[in-house]
Amino acid sequence: MEYEVVIGLETHAELSTVTKLFCGCSTQFGVEPNTQVCPVCLGMPGILPVMNRKAFEYALKLAVALSCEINRFTNFDRKSYYYPDLPKNYQISQNYYNLGVNGYMNIEVNGNVKKIRIHNVHLEEEAGKLIHPEEIGADYSLVDFNRAGVPLLEIVSHPDMRNVDEVESYMQTLRKILLYTEVSDCKMQEGSLRFEASISLREKGSDKLGNRVEIKNLNSMKSVIKAIEYETVRQGRLLDKGATIARETRLWDEVAERSEHMRSKEDAQDYRYFPEPDLLPVLIDEKWLHAIKDTIPELPLDRKQRFMEIFKLSDYDAGILIEEKALADFFEACVKILDRPKALSNWIINDLLREVKDRKLDIYNLPIKPQQLAALVEIIEKGTISSTIAKEVFSEMIQAGKAPQAIIEEKKLAQISDENLIELVINKVIANNPNVIEDYKKGKKNALAFLVGQAMKETKGKANPKVLNELLQKKVNT
Amino acid sequence: MKLLESNSLQIKKKIVSRELHSTDIVRHLFERIKNLEPDIQAYITTTEEEALKKAIEIDKKIENNQQVGLLAGIPIAIKDNICTKNISTTCASKILKDFMPPYDAFVTKRLKEEDAIIIGKTNLDEFAMGSSTENSRYKITRNPWNVEYVPGGSSGGSAAAVAADMAFMALGSDTGGSVRQPAALCGIVGVKPTYGRVSRYGLVAFGSSLDQIGTLTKNVKDAAVLLQVIAGYDPRDSTSLQVPVPDYLDNINSGVNGLRIGIPNEYFTEGLHSDVNKAIKDALKIYEKLGANIVYLSLPHTEYAVAVYYIVANAEASSNLARYDGVRYGHRTNNARGIIDMYSRTRSEGFGSEVKRRIMLGNYALSSGYYDAYYLKASKVRTLIKNDFDNAFEKIDCIICPTSPVPGFKVGERANNPLQMYLSDIYTIPANLAGIPGISIPCGFSSDGLPIGMQILGKHFEEKRLLQIAYAFEQETDFHLKKPALRVPLRQR
Amino acid sequence: MDKKEIEYIANLSRIELTEAEKEVFIHQLSNILSYIEKLNTLDTENIKPLAHTMNASNVFREDKPESSISREDVFINATAKIDTFFKVPKVIE
Repeated sequence: MEYEVVIGLETHAELSTVTKLFCGCSTQFGVEPNTQVCPVCLGMPGILPVMNRKAFEYALKLAVALSCEINRFTNFDRKSYYYPDLPKNYQISQNYYNLGVNGYMNIEVNGNVKKIRIHNVHLEEEAGKLIHPEEIGADYSLVDFNRAGVPLLEIVSHPDMRNVDEVESYMQTLRKILLYTEVSDCKMQEGSLRFEASISLREKGSDKLGNRVEIKNLNSMKSVIKAIEYETVRQGRLLDKGATIARETRLWDEVAERSEHMRSKEDAQDYRYFPEPDLLPVLIDEKWLHAIKDTIPELPLDRKQRFMEIFKLSDYDAGILIEEKALADFFEACVKILDRPKALSNWIINDLLREVKDRKLDIYNLPIKPQQLAALVEIIEKGTISSTIAKEVFSEMIQAGKAPQAIIEEKKLAQISDENLIELVINKVIANNPNVIEDYKKGKKNALAFLVGQAMKETKGKANPKVLNELLQKKVNT
Repeated sequence: MKLLESNSLQIKKKIVSRELHSTDIVRHLFERIKNLEPDIQAYITTTEEEALKKAIEIDKKIENNQQVGLLAGIPIAIKDNICTKNISTTCASKILKDFMPPYDAFVTKRLKEEDAIIIGKTNLDEFAMGSSTENSRYKITRNPWNVEYVPGGSSGGSAAAVAADMAFMALGSDTGGSVRQPAALCGIVGVKPTYGRVSRYGLVAFGSSLDQIGTLTKNVKDAAVLLQVIAGYDPRDSTSLQVPVPDYLDNINSGVNGLRIGIPNEYFTEGLHSDVNKAIKDALKIYEKLGANIVYLSLPHTEYAVAVYYIVANAEASSNLARYDGVRYGHRTNNARGIIDMYSRTRSEGFGSEVKRRIMLGNYALSSGYYDAYYLKASKVRTLIKNDFDNAFEKIDCIICPTSPVPGFKVGERANNPLQMYLSDIYTIPANLAGIPGISIPCGFSSDGLPIGMQILGKHFEEKRLLQIAYAFEQETDFHLKKPALRVPLRQR
Repeated sequence: MDKKEIEYIANLSRIELTEAEKEVFIHQLSNILSYIEKLNTLDTENIKPLAHTMNASNVFREDKPESSISREDVFINATAKIDTFFKVPKVIE
């Protein structure tokens, strides 16, 4: 039988605030265990939470960016479950009045735009970290509460995705939006962006949802895709055999590349949500909402469309430019200075990105300024230097952080267009290569290219290629 | 002995005027504590050494003509569910035995700033869950007026200590009457401030939307000065409000002429002890004599208050007490097989049966399928109860009613009937549900010689008015000056 | 309330009860719950639930670091630790 896969994603993103959600402890990653903790995030007796305004505004910003309806009255709730990494044995989260509901996000798959509905966006606190010692027979686990209380945003999609390409695009688009809005650094290796998938299969053409299986422990986007592919096959085989799919939560094993049963729906935790009495509600008025809206930049897909329309860039080029907000910003700054979008985009995509990769540069802190790249392109177009020399100049710009004019002057790289000077060089090259001239005259046309190369070598590449070619042609043909 | 019978303001005056040394008072007081403690059992921890150190410091300050705080040299006891840095805070529970908070509660810090002398931590019902102080895991506090009787609860240790002159003033906490009811049963003054008036930072949570720290003192002026110190905004408690704190002593004698006193019919029905009924009615006559007007009114949802309270308070408690798991602090079982077993055994060993009962009740009310029927329903009825007060306060300035339906009950009398025990708080619970302030003051004695308390309830943030109303009565009577006939040492009887 | 329910709630509460305790609790909690039943005589269809007694909202702190407690104080009340970790019985995921 042919099946349709129905996929929904739950995303957790740690917000990039300086301090935790309910206390002044630092959120810095990778420090010594239990050194960024205090009575609040250790859940000590008598201690109370006080909400980080920035964290709340970040959550609000993302909810708005995902076109959610904003609950003008929001409240926080306690979600109760026992786990050693959860200091109070309840998590302060949202359940009854989520910050944002009924949003959506457009994703792009093979050039087609699809709308994925967002069920809700809410703010909650992160748990600590459990460490299971590797020594054999160890009968204990260790707990580090440094992450406990870091602000965490949860974004729950509707089950609107139908294949892994859509899932991939959803994850990438959401990641970009989180980065564009600057609410999360999205470092997956540090766990600041995590996904959980829910998957069900149904007969193609049916509009009834099948039994849903949730998959946890997906540590990379690659794992998400692999787990969905695995689960699709697993469920398909079961359905082919006439079996029913058990509603359960499964854990993905990254090494074995398979999922295993964790708990069934019947053992679902009874979270006992109720309004958090230690926090007051948050009312969001029009003024505040407007102020938040003003801080939201143009989102990646919109920007891509604009780049294609206004700057006539290809789908591919525009896609690469918007991949990182800093890069797109850099490009636009360049275009503002010099209206040569295509040339500038080529330089950024081919040369700048290569340098970024080779030299492991931080895209948010580039050694080159938009004015400098614009100036370089302008110089090339004026014919002051050749494009070959330009590559050299560019590399120097990155290395030394200098303006192109300065480098060209310093290294005397300006193009030689003076016909008298070039003629002298040609004469010398011809004199040194009588055999080549012979060959050319015998009809070996590419022998001329060799002479051009030799002349370029003589001028250290600075000869104006157009002038050089014309003069050489004239010389050998007379 | 007379010295220790003085009230706090008298003592402070003597210290500041150099008539007395703070150190001498502390020494006297600890002598009395040592004598009486075996019979009263008010304290879980006493801190004589630190108290003497602080007393020496204050004496020095005064000698050097340095400025001293509002509570300079006044020995004060703190209920053992309020955190005190480097002094164990047990909540009268085994699960927090030896728990040493690395922080002071907001109120503890304020006491220290105002030069009070902390003399010890008082007994309570475990985690403040009870109305008799019998639920302590360490000791049963006795009523100084008759040691066969309970002192009330849960701030029974604080109330008994003040009543027996084993402390000049004390702090308690009031979630459903835990300051006012023991104040009434021990014949002293107890104030539960408006929810949000005093920071809960460092008060070990029981019912977070109801808990409020309150004062237990020998008279109304002492209450005013202690409240002055602990009231105010605290950025570490999101529910503490930025409402200016008035000068509570200023104009405290402004009287009650023209005051409209509301008498809720529902508080004078069956179950009210006749001695209590008579004492309150007599008190009302005094108020009328002083120019106040009595207005009979109805608070129609009163009878639902206890039911609402036991859902809301225990739902919150079940979650607040989830953190006691043996991982980061507190008791941990010695014989656990795995993490879940560790939790269950730690908690079963650590909590007493009343706490277990309430955690279970709270979890039940929040559990899947019951939330709407219990927690949500109770929260809605809570709105009705608050509306009752809002409506009443449109026509009156305060409400006067009994604090407790009975003058007292004997140790063990209600211990096996939780529901009957819960009904002890029937008159005090509504104020917590509505978040309004209340004060209990002595207004008479039962035929058995037990003190009777009168409760005055006011609008949000009208503590100052309540103190004026209470003070007017206190000026006309001498119930607050009566002392229990404690023979020292009692245990030799 | 029956035994099954008591056991379910005890498990949710992470409290171990003896058989005798279960019996007592079933009896006591049933009594309390039947008392609470009186709430159902009230019509609360159009009543909003009350979670906070005061009309206040929007309480925040700024995103500024504050010094935490000392390293010793983090573990001062802990029963078991290894290095700077809290130690617990093995957690099986």
